[in-house]
Amino acid sequence: MLTNRVSKPTSKTLSSLLGLLCLCLVGTSNVQAVIEIEITQGGQSAIPIAIVPFGWNGSGSSPEDIAAIVSNDLQRSGNFSPLNRNDLIASPVSGDRPRYGNWRIAGAEFLLIGAVKKSGSNYNVEFQLFDVSQQRLLTGFNFQVTDQTLRNAAHQIADEVYEEVLGIRGAFNTQIAFVSVEGSTREKTYQLQLSDADGQNPQAMLTSPRPILSPSWAPDGIRIAYVSFENRNQSAIYVQDRQQGSRKKLISKPGINGAPSWSPDGKRLAVTLSYEGNPDIYVLDVDSGQTRRVTQSQAIDTEAVWADDQTLIFTSDRSGGPQLYEVLASGGRASRLTFEGNYNASATVSADGKNIAFVHGSDVGYQIGALDRESGLFQTLTEGSLDESPSFAPNGQMIIYATEKGGKGTLGAVSLDGSVVQSLSLDTGGVREPAWSPFTN
Amino acid sequence: MNKTVSIFSAIVVSLLLASCGTNPARTQPGQGIDDKAVVNPVTIDGIDDGSQLDPDSVAGRAPKERVIFFDFNNSELRPEYLDIITQHGRYLAQNPTGRARLEGHTDERGTREYNIALGEARAKTIARMLQLQGVSSAQLRSVSYGEELPVDEGHNESAWSKNRRVNIIYEVEVQVQN
Repeated sequence: MLTNRVSKPTSKTLSSLLGLLCLCLVGTSNVQAVIEIEITQGGQSAIPIAIVPFGWNGSGSSPEDIAAIVSNDLQRSGNFSPLNRNDLIASPVSGDRPRYGNWRIAGAEFLLIGAVKKSGSNYNVEFQLFDVSQQRLLTGFNFQVTDQTLRNAAHQIADEVYEEVLGIRGAFNTQIAFVSVEGSTREKTYQLQLSDADGQNPQAMLTSPRPILSPSWAPDGIRIAYVSFENRNQSAIYVQDRQQGSRKKLISKPGINGAPSWSPDGKRLAVTLSYEGNPDIYVLDVDSGQTRRVTQSQAIDTEAVWADDQTLIFTSDRSGGPQLYEVLASGGRASRLTFEGNYNASATVSADGKNIAFVHGSDVGYQIGALDRESGLFQTLTEGSLDESPSFAPNGQMIIYATEKGGKGTLGAVSLDGSVVQSLSLDTGGVREPAWSPFTN
Repeated sequence: MNKTVSIFSAIVVSLLLASCGTNPARTQPGQGIDDKAVVNPVTIDGIDDGSQLDPDSVAGRAPKERVIFFDFNNSELRPEYLDIITQHGRYLAQNPTGRARLEGHTDERGTREYNIALGEARAKTIARMLQLQGVSSAQLRSVSYGEELPVDEGHNESAWSKNRRVNIIYEVEVQVQN
């Protein structure tokens, strides 16, 4: 008799489930956004997994193809290789007993099955994940969702599979912020938008005829800081509450007000100000509005991000061209981090502080590079010529960035080892400046 | 009939339990809408900034050449623009109520925030040169747009060279009440 063990979900998993996002479409975006995912390179050592279309007990087809969403998520990570739907040898659904031998022959190491059942005006989603070679159930549960949160349920299932197999938290049930631009050279409309991490369900949170730059998520996932040029004479840094829509102008000094970046404790913003002579890094206390100067050089110092609550990594051209430096937020001597080539800027740091991704310029153009801080190993991850604005996923395993495709601004995502690259693009207009949300639960 | 159904259900349930173990139900607590996902949009209306320049005003009579171009990654003034700078410098020095906004721009290459800083360096170069001509700093304001407002959106050197610039924008002068 088979002993079936159900893995005990971690408390993190439980609270993730309890915090399932419910997307409420308030205020539709002006921009038509059908976001396409195109996988341009495949992962070499991706784990083959069979993801079977979920059962559905209603009429017609299920409102969301859960299996397809999970499959897309896992494939994007570079770590998994979902079997082609046509190659699935059977169609078990939740509660069925898998024929492990057949799945092994089909080449799957893992098997995911599930079902969606209508439950009043809501839905009940359940799934089971099996280890094919060990012939056992790894994890599975069911939960109630609304039709607004069905996609989130799928992303949550992808996170469960990811964490169960790899032992790393998944980041599929997260969001991204980005700036989009539409219109002719003389008359543009800029929008700051939020969407699911796979680009679905974009919603504009700010619409303006003037440029918007550098969105930065607060750790609470609710406040977002950004730079706005709505005042023609002077830029300003704003913080906006994405729930309330309320916003506060934090600072607008003569000269530059730029590159806001939230500290991990959510209380401060690193910013770039030039009102005292030339662009330098300051730390701004969000509640009091007080600033404290960090860098004093005659060079351009900008694009500061937090490696932890005490340490900043920023761009400076004090040695000639832009390079990355590290400095204590309390000030002091900055030490240089990058030495490859003569253009390294716009850093993003993984949440564990171990990896930095940034823009690396060379003869072939601007690409995303990565630096392992422990080993000092540097590698280029992308192959575009105008790649910029990298942002780490909150689990540090993927990087979203801005790139050019067909003359238009689009977003790309690359796995930390560079093995999988994919592009997402909006139907119309140009997309840039992506920022991946934090984990919020 | 009912008994048959319930026995059947029991068999099905026990088969299910035997095959896949317990499926812990995790029902959603009736928590309503999770506020985190709600996005409340903000719209900024069009800002009308350029009133038509009165040709008799200080702004209207200023020298007509008002764009200065730069080399890649560079904020130094190219010698061929010294003449234009001199004209504007003299004009502003002689018309102390005149005001100019110096807008610095870059081409699209490189990171956006670094380009904001580079655009400012270009605007500051022009401001410094104008002040050497006797223009008061109170007459000047510098703003950088970095790569955000190109005049040519192509991805080649021809487009890029047009975007690396400072625009001199004469603002409507402040009227002095007598």
